[in-house]
Amino acid sequence: MSSQDEFEDQPWLDPDAVPFISIRGVTKKFGDFVAVDSVDLDIYQGELFCLLGGSGCGKTTLLRMLAGFETPSSGSIFIDGVEMSNVPPYERPVNMMFQSYALFPHMNVEKNVAYGLKRDGVPKEEINLRVAEMLSMVELTDFSQRKPHQLSGGQRQRVALARALIKRPKVLLLDEPLAALDKRLREQTQFELMNIQEKLGVTFVVVTHDQEEAMTLSTRIAVMDAGEFEQIGSPTEIYEYPDSRMVADFIGSINMFEGRVTQNSSDHISVSGSEEDIEFFVDYGMSIKDGNKVWVAVRPEKMRLSKEPPTAKKANQIKGMVQDIGYLGDISIYRIKLASDRVIDVTVPNQIRPKDGKHVAYWEDEVYLDWDAASAIVLTR
Amino acid sequence: MQKKRSTFLFSILCFGMAFLYIPMLLLIVYSFNYSKIVPVWGGFSTRWYGKLFESEEVWNALTLSIKIAVVNATFATILGSLAGLALVRFGRFKGRTLFGGMISAPLVMPEVITGLSLLMLFITLKEFLGWPDKRGFTTITIAHITFSMAYVAVIIQSRLTGMGISLEEAAQDLGARPLRVLGDITLPLLAPGMMAGWLLAFTLSLDDLVISSFVTGPGANTLPMLIYSRVRLGLRPDINALATIIIVTVAVGVLISGWIMLRQQKQKQRDMQMASAD
Repeated sequence: MSSQDEFEDQPWLDPDAVPFISIRGVTKKFGDFVAVDSVDLDIYQGELFCLLGGSGCGKTTLLRMLAGFETPSSGSIFIDGVEMSNVPPYERPVNMMFQSYALFPHMNVEKNVAYGLKRDGVPKEEINLRVAEMLSMVELTDFSQRKPHQLSGGQRQRVALARALIKRPKVLLLDEPLAALDKRLREQTQFELMNIQEKLGVTFVVVTHDQEEAMTLSTRIAVMDAGEFEQIGSPTEIYEYPDSRMVADFIGSINMFEGRVTQNSSDHISVSGSEEDIEFFVDYGMSIKDGNKVWVAVRPEKMRLSKEPPTAKKANQIKGMVQDIGYLGDISIYRIKLASDRVIDVTVPNQIRPKDGKHVAYWEDEVYLDWDAASAIVLTR
Repeated sequence: MQKKRSTFLFSILCFGMAFLYIPMLLLIVYSFNYSKIVPVWGGFSTRWYGKLFESEEVWNALTLSIKIAVVNATFATILGSLAGLALVRFGRFKGRTLFGGMISAPLVMPEVITGLSLLMLFITLKEFLGWPDKRGFTTITIAHITFSMAYVAVIIQSRLTGMGISLEEAAQDLGARPLRVLGDITLPLLAPGMMAGWLLAFTLSLDDLVISSFVTGPGANTLPMLIYSRVRLGLRPDINALATIIIVTVAVGVLISGWIMLRQQKQKQRDMQMASAD
C-alpha cells in the first residue's frame, strides 16, 4: 500500500500532503472587538470541513474572509497556493451559498443559476447546456421558469446550491446551509449535500451552529469559541476525545465530575471524585502530576444502569436515585440524582420492547451506575 | 354595551372624516355654482370649467408647473439615489456624518429660509458669473431639486438598508464587478423605490408655493402661485373649478396605484402559498 492510498480519506494525517486552503495567523478586528484571533488552519482538497460554534464565535467572519467580503486585519489566506489578500471576491476561485440563499428575486431559477457563467462570458449554448445539466442534478428542471418567491424552502436551497456550483469552483463555502429548513427536510438534504460533494469532488467549507449537522456532514470539524479554535478533528475524535470541557459540553451531552489525580502511570490514571464518592480508573496515561485537579467526563450512553447492587466495591461506579424518565422511543433518558444532590443523565437503548410498558427502573428507584475504564475521558482544562 | 361602544366609535369616525373631507367637498360643490359670488348658490352650472380653459394664463401656469415637476423629479431621483447609495453602501468614508446631516437638512429647514438663501445664491451668482440672467424656470427647478433630492435620498436609504447586502455580495461572488452588480442587482431592486421617489419629488414640486415665490422672476408663475395670487383678491369660482380638477386627478392617481399594489401583493401571496404547498 503506497502512502497515497493510506491517507486517501484522511489527507490531514499525511505529512506530505499540500493543503488546498491555508490560513496563517489570521486576525480580524471590528473596532476593539476581536472576531477572529490569530488562527491557523489547513484544509485539504476534497474535504467537507465544518466550522462549528455558537453565535458570535467568529465562524461566519472566517468564512467571509475566505470569500473575500472581509479583509483580515493581519495574517494571510492562501487558496490553491495563491495569497488572497489583494484578490477581490469576483476573482476568487471560490463560490458561496448564503445563509438566506440570497437568490435574485427579479430573475427566474434558470437566470439565477446561469448568472455566474454569464459574467464569465461563457458562450450561450454552453451556458444553456450546463444550466440544464445542473438543474437536473438538483431535480429542478420543471421549475426553471419560476421566480424565487414561487418556490418552497427546500427548492430555494437547491437553486442556491446549483447557482453556487455552476462555475465549478474549487471551494464551495456554505453559510448555515440547512438552518432555514424543517427537521425532516434537513436530514434528507444533509445526505444530498454529501452525495453532491462526493460526486463533484469540490472542497466544502461549512459554517454551522448545529452540532448534529456538523457530525453527519463533515470529514473534519473545527470547534470555535471566542474567535479561536478549541479543537480540530474528525467527528469521532471530537465526540470521543474532546480535549477541553468546552468542546465536551458543546458536542452532545456529557456528565462531568471534578476530582484529583491519585495515581498516574503510563497506562492508567486513577482519580478520586471531589464532590462524589467515586473512584475513577481511566485506561490511558497522561502527563499529569499526582494531586492535580482534573475533570472526568462520561457520556450518558456509556453508563450502564442497573437495579442490582454490585457484588464488590470497585472503580467507576456510583449509586443514585431515579428522578425523571424521558421515554423517546428508541432510547430512554434517565435523570439520576446522586448523593451529592447532583443530577446526571444516563441513556438506555430500548433494545427489547418493555413488557407491559415496564421500564428498567422507575421514579424513586435506587439504581447503580457503572462504566468501563475505556469510556471515561480525563480533561485538564 | 357592545352596541353602545360601536355607535360611539362610529360617530368618532364620521366626525374625523367630516373634518378631513368637508372642506374639499364644499370646494367641489361650489365649483359647479352658477353664481359669480362664491358663497351664494345660484344653481348648477359648468361654466367656470369652460372659462378656466379659455384663460391662457392658467394654461401657461399649468405647463410651467408640470415642466418643472418632471425635470425636478428626474434630477432629484438621480442625485438622491446616488446620495443614498453613497451613504448606505460605501462604508465609512471621510465626512460621511457631515454629508448625511447635510442631505437631511432640507427636510427640517423652514421653507422661508431655504427660499431666501437660494434667492441670495442666484443674485450673487448673477453678480459674479452673469448667470442666471433671468429668474424663472431654471431657478425654480434648481431650487426644487435641492429639497426634493433629500426626500428621495431618505427613501433610497431605507430601501437599501431593508434589502440587505447579501444579494449584491452573491452577485460579486459569482464574478460580477462592482459596476455590473449595480446594473444587474442593485438598480433593478431599487426601481420601485426610485419610482416612489420620482413621484414624491413630482408632487412636492407641483405643490410648492413658498420656495418658488422666492426664486421666481417676472412672468414665470407656477400653478400654486397663480391660485394664490388670484384668491388673494377674493374667492373666485374658476379657481374652485381648477382646484376640483386637481383633487380629482390626485384621487384617481392614488386609487389606481393603490389597486395595482394590492393586486401585486395578492398575486405574490398566492404564489407563495402555492410554493409552500408543493
